Amino acid sequence: MNNMEIAIISGKGGTGKSSISAAFATLNGEVLLADCDVDAANLYLLFNPSHEEEEVFIAGEKAFIDYSLCTNCGICVDYCRFGAISFINEKVSISEILCDGCRLCSRICPENAINMVPNDKSMMYSGSFRNGKMVYGRLSPGEENSGKLVNMVREKAKEIAKENNLETIILDGPPGIGCPVISTITGVDKVVIVTEPTISGLHDMQRTVEIVKKFSLPAFVIINKYDLNSDMSDQIEDWCRQNKITIAGRLPFNKQVVEAMVMGKSIIEFAPDNEISKNITIIWDKITKQKK
Amino acid sequence: MMKIAIASGKGGTGKTFVATNLFHALYKNNYRTKLVDCDAEAPNSIAFFKTKLIKESDVTQLVPVIKTDNCTFCGQCHEYCNYNAIFILPPMKIIKVIEDLCHGCGACSVACKFGAISEKPVSLGKVASYSLKNKPLLLEAKMNIGVMSPVTVIKAAISQIDNQSDIVILDAPPGTSCPFIQTVASADFVILVTEPTPFGLSDLKQSVETLRKINKPTGVIINRAGLGNNQVREYLLREEIPLLLEIPFKKEIAASYSRGEIMSETDSFFAQQLLSVVENINEQYGNSNNKW
Repeated sequence: MNNMEIAIISGKGGTGKSSISAAFATLNGEVLLADCDVDAANLYLLFNPSHEEEEVFIAGEKAFIDYSLCTNCGICVDYCRFGAISFINEKVSISEILCDGCRLCSRICPENAINMVPNDKSMMYSGSFRNGKMVYGRLSPGEENSGKLVNMVREKAKEIAKENNLETIILDGPPGIGCPVISTITGVDKVVIVTEPTISGLHDMQRTVEIVKKFSLPAFVIINKYDLNSDMSDQIEDWCRQNKITIAGRLPFNKQVVEAMVMGKSIIEFAPDNEISKNITIIWDKITKQKK
Repeated sequence: MMKIAIASGKGGTGKTFVATNLFHALYKNNYRTKLVDCDAEAPNSIAFFKTKLIKESDVTQLVPVIKTDNCTFCGQCHEYCNYNAIFILPPMKIIKVIEDLCHGCGACSVACKFGAISEKPVSLGKVASYSLKNKPLLLEAKMNIGVMSPVTVIKAAISQIDNQSDIVILDAPPGTSCPFIQTVASADFVILVTEPTPFGLSDLKQSVETLRKINKPTGVIINRAGLGNNQVREYLLREEIPLLLEIPFKKEIAASYSRGEIMSETDSFFAQQLLSVVENINEQYGNSNNKW
């Protein structure tokens, strides 16, 4: 059986990525839903999945000084390129915020006074929700969002999808264009970019399209809340046409989408007969039926 | 000088909206102020003003270059690299640097005893300085497309802030991972912008927990008040977090923002509200000369 992996990303945050992912995940047959926005995972709030499995994710290390061994020689201060080690009140100290975890200080310390401690507070969870299976990661605050946790989530998603004969994998991606986004879209079948008709929305979509093109992936654009500024929506469509990006559809602003979220439901579950729900169904068909 | 970071766990809650309006209100009222866009993956603040680019500096990172003539394929550099950025197959005499994984820590150069490793700079992004009415009042961090982490570019932008201003507004990247921490670590006060929805609340909680860990004073602005539910307000009361301002949900606000307009320019009541927020913060937390 062939999986179809669809990533939903946006560049700009708050364009409606997760609400649209939730709608896609509750349209018809059972799916595997993976929340790859590990920095701000939200879909579990709507779907309240069961906790069947959990795994610790080690996100690098940080250096700590053992002051019973430290002679305050300051050699490590000169070696650190992240400006993380300095003398504070004439005592060598390492800033946890600035430490990048490269381990060099620990290696060169003549007294072996620097230890590396792994960051092991991030987690990956998997379980069932009302329309299939779900996998999501939660990065512990302040840690490097390296995309490795995203990779772990995606591998788990594929594994569970296979075990349960789930054909469709929906990946709700993080905002931005950095490492976790690249990890979310690498090797997927289709990328859906959700944008909104604002200056920021247009800018960020353009940067997102560039990153998607680097990976030669088929991309679809959804203009959400298009009626906030129809001129800007037209401008976005023109730009997409010139750059040969398929417009999957436009969705109007609708308070019911927020009301659905408050009720812990997707818009499809909350208001199946609403115009938006019908539109989302059409958009989904357009995205899934287009041949690669 | 007082630095105020405008942040939010969830993307799209109105961070840039608040940051640009705050800056504008301060500027119009003759404060010595500066706006620094630290959302290096998706910078958008500058587009709201009629600016002129005055200076652009490249932000680079060092990556190793291996001279295979001198290399004995001993593997010490590979061993020292904590990021798996050096690939080595000694029997085949193959050694390669995977530049995307390199953090520029310099550990491999320290490891090599045969003089086989030198370093070259590679570009990660830019810090651009813009003027408003001939005054250099805006800075923008912009990461190159395809670069993994915006942290170095963000740090470079923050380091370019001079002493010519009294109140510096930092537009922070979304989330609570590394890029967020690097931005807020340099601030005296953090304004978290949220929206009154379950997603907004969940991400707000995570931001608050992170800021408490690093002892940053914080207050909250609720954007799109009236939408969603009352849980954010209840949470703020329970946790004794100051609610600095509520910005009502109005479709006209969203529409005007989408056209790139600065609301505080025409809405003097809103401008005054923002000014009092800053003045209150400045009274309580100003002039601490915060360092990392």
